[in-house]
Amino acid sequence: MIPASFDYEVAESAEHAVSLLADHGDEAKLLAGGHSLIPMMRFRLAAPTVLVDVGRLDDLRYINSANGTISIGALTRHSELEHSALLAESCPMLASVAALVGDPAVRHRGTLGGTLAHSDPASDLPAAVLALGATIVARGPGGDREIAATDFFTGYFESALADDEMIVEVRVAASAGGWNYQKFNRRAQDWAIVGVAVAEGGAGVSLVNMGATPLRASAVEAAVAAGASAGDAAAVAADGLQPPTDLNADADYRRHLARVFTQRALKAAGVA
Amino acid sequence: MESVKFAVNGTERSLEVEPRTLLVHALRDELRLTGTNIGCDSSSCGACTVLVDGQSAKSCTMFAVQADGADITTIEGVADADGKMHPMQQAFHEHHALQCGYCTPGMVMAAISLVEEYPELDDHSVRHGLEGNLCRCTGYQNIVNAVLAVAGSGSATPIRPYQSGQGE
Repeated sequence: MIPASFDYEVAESAEHAVSLLADHGDEAKLLAGGHSLIPMMRFRLAAPTVLVDVGRLDDLRYINSANGTISIGALTRHSELEHSALLAESCPMLASVAALVGDPAVRHRGTLGGTLAHSDPASDLPAAVLALGATIVARGPGGDREIAATDFFTGYFESALADDEMIVEVRVAASAGGWNYQKFNRRAQDWAIVGVAVAEGGAGVSLVNMGATPLRASAVEAAVAAGASAGDAAAVAADGLQPPTDLNADADYRRHLARVFTQRALKAAGVA
Repeated sequence: MESVKFAVNGTERSLEVEPRTLLVHALRDELRLTGTNIGCDSSSCGACTVLVDGQSAKSCTMFAVQADGADITTIEGVADADGKMHPMQQAFHEHHALQCGYCTPGMVMAAISLVEEYPELDDHSVRHGLEGNLCRCTGYQNIVNAVLAVAGSGSATPIRPYQSGQGE
């Protein structure tokens, strides 16, 4: 389908984008790679009246490292994460998860900031960022503020970003611990029916598509910290969760998958 | 309406489009480059794959305005001026990598990009790399064979007949 009509503005800078958002209120949306937003507009699930194109802000496409912290510009594309030698060395989980998003054509256009702002609970990179304990830097009219990933995802496709804020950077600590990402789906290129990200040898564990947001599996993390085996820690992965029921899986099956894939991910990350 | 200017197969083109005009519609309906097909309309099938600045992109999931200033290559632009097929087209021909042919333009463009992006390809990585391109006829085996033939032949470069910047 053809999307509804909208006015198109090209942002010359992040500050310009923020001021355009402030001018247009909640009718405006940022357009980065567009690989989540445009399909939603084509299905008329979204009909913003103004699109502010930040996709040309190449100064926000970078991956830098300093003092043990990796800083990634919000417009960095998934394919750039995937092929980054710096990430392969210092945060391999992020590169590896990026390589599982969609397909190459999607990864050429999709951006890290875009997928976080979109806050789809079934997406891969939000869960990876959550498990890694990242910090998300948002720019607004009053300047920058840092948002912990654990505070960022607030609801179904909802984040802590204000209407006039834009993600400009994502920061993660250089990561040396064992890690793994398990993505279960039935069809190539699909979203995960359930996914599990394990970072830092089990200190950070998050779940994909097990609720309204990507979820930090704190019970699993606590069990690992207390010395539980991978099997025992994974047994609590779905406790208290209300995962969705859809055509792919009902809630009980998702709980089962979460336990199975958490165990596999923990073992692969080095938890005995 | 918005003015957009981009190079398509090495030729500078200027268009007046609504912001909501998808790149695939600009290519097909405005520029009459109908080699690029529309399949699923939902970013899944890859029939509309073109190269944007040398990388595969689904032209149904880009607005034409996003391509302003870009260098676009469609299936019409990959053969030589004298009609000699691109090595990927030749490989698809030799390996019988198509039946009905509907997915083929997108599949060839995705495969050209894949071979350039991933220097070392094997059966598994070709299949993973072409996940975004659906073929309902072949069962993929001959497509994989064709891509592997190009990947291993050394004929993968120059993969882009039109380098970025040309026509500007």
